[in-house]
Amino acid sequence: MSSQENGRRRFLRRTLAAGSVLLLTGCERLSRSEWFTRILASAEKLTLGTQRLLLPRKAMAQEFTEADLSPSFRSNGTNNPDNPDYHALAANRFADYRLQIGGLVAHPRAYSLDELKALPSRTQITRHDCVEGWSAIGKWKGAQLSRVLEQVKPQPSARYVVFYCADPMDETGMRYYESIDMEDAWHAQTLLAYELNDEPLPIGNGAPIRVRVERQLGYKMAKYVMRIELVDRLDNIAGGRGGYWEDQGYEWYAGI
Amino acid sequence: MAGLVRTNRSAGGSARLSTLGFAGFSPMVWTIARAPKFGGCTMPPHDAAARGQTFWYRRHAWPVRLMHWINVLAFFVLLPSGLQIFNAHPALYWGKSSYTGRPPIVHMGARLDEQGKPVGVTRMFGHEFNTTGVLGLSSGMDGRSVQRGFPEWLTLPGQQWLAMGRRWHFFVAWVLVINGFAYMAYTLASRHLTRDLIPGRSDWRSIGRSIRDHLLLRHPRGEAARRYNVLQKLAYLSVIFVLFPLLILMGWAMSPGLDSLFAGWVDWFGGRQSARTIHFVLAWALVAFVFIHVLEVVVTGFWNNLRSMITGRYRIPADEVEHE
Repeated sequence: MSSQENGRRRFLRRTLAAGSVLLLTGCERLSRSEWFTRILASAEKLTLGTQRLLLPRKAMAQEFTEADLSPSFRSNGTNNPDNPDYHALAANRFADYRLQIGGLVAHPRAYSLDELKALPSRTQITRHDCVEGWSAIGKWKGAQLSRVLEQVKPQPSARYVVFYCADPMDETGMRYYESIDMEDAWHAQTLLAYELNDEPLPIGNGAPIRVRVERQLGYKMAKYVMRIELVDRLDNIAGGRGGYWEDQGYEWYAGI
Repeated sequence: MAGLVRTNRSAGGSARLSTLGFAGFSPMVWTIARAPKFGGCTMPPHDAAARGQTFWYRRHAWPVRLMHWINVLAFFVLLPSGLQIFNAHPALYWGKSSYTGRPPIVHMGARLDEQGKPVGVTRMFGHEFNTTGVLGLSSGMDGRSVQRGFPEWLTLPGQQWLAMGRRWHFFVAWVLVINGFAYMAYTLASRHLTRDLIPGRSDWRSIGRSIRDHLLLRHPRGEAARRYNVLQKLAYLSVIFVLFPLLILMGWAMSPGLDSLFAGWVDWFGGRQSARTIHFVLAWALVAFVFIHVLEVVVTGFWNNLRSMITGRYRIPADEVEHE
């Protein structure tokens, strides 16, 4: 073998080694830079725009049969809110629970659990997809959010529905919150669910009320919902990105 | 022979042949094709070959070269960021959901062995393997062992950071998809597909010999080196038209949004968790392809191949041409 070829091999080996180190440290650095992560995040808008273009407004998430039900529905994230007020409500089987609905609506009001149950209900067996990668299938019953919206009458300026929850997420007491846009809010499968697998919603799965937004990932489906607010912007709420996990860097649109 | 000699001999359709000879350099034959194409050049005049020249021809048109390197970049981001996402739940299932009453088909984790030492364990179809150091338990840059699916050096970002892994993955997934559509449009419009990739009758006849040649690491020389051989054509076609589309489709099948496009389409592939498993397996199939592809690039003349994918120019030594 000629020395020229040896040199080439050495060059190649070194280039590969240096290249992979550069690539790795470069990617790490880019992951921590403001400007680059903003570029990466632009894909979210493309995804949202494309999915909204492709999917009919009323496209329904797949519904399953009893045979597909997961033997037990996994509890993820908070499984019992570290909140004395919540514990007091739970001790009384949520008889004193009032779901407050306000913000950009004509008729702000509060609903007891019984009042929510008195609204026309929907039952659906759907698949819950966690951002981590697992899925579980459960049977949900609840009031359609659209029925509630019909009663409180959103103002034309309302663009988002924000859910404020009972579970504190860190030592500062920051509580879980989430938001969806009006398109998802009016969707037939978007529920304020109070039953899971024909039982009252367990605390581990968000009692007394958890949101179901079936065309998005699990973290959009806030548990322990205490208050609902209709707003025209999200940037002035908490971290400004429309949800607890969004403020940690997850996408606001979780349809992927 | 010095200066420039141009012959207007027309051959191979629209290709025009020019012979450029420079004093002190080996004379070369360079073809100028109007439409970007591969393999659209002509053989040099026989007398030129007999004089011991080296022949150059344009192997890859610039769109193919550009799209190839975009794919390379995409691959090196999508694979490690995909493994980062996988690590958020390092288990694979078959079916519509993860919790069906059946155990996962693959699961990675860590546990303590009989001596109380932590070990990385991968369980696959009911069999357990000790994969300490690589799968289930591995040490990162700081030397500490942590429980995780794939090790730090295989994921992007290195540390456990699902949100950032998703950002990389979904951004570059768009790059790959757009690049893929551009390639489809190009390959059809330029007839790159029909001319260079679809095997002809003689290709099928030579398949046995081609398999034998590949196993012996023998590669075509001279005139034959200008065209893709039949295994190469089949490999590229299956990666371009089967593996990539299916890989992307299985990514879409994991999207709860796209799943609602029409009810139940994901069940054609066994359900969302099956789609996730297929996505994972296809990703490694692509790794296997890349591995063999790079191996073939090395054994059939690394610099010549690399140059042809960068500048487009591919060299065939004159002595090879002479023996045609």
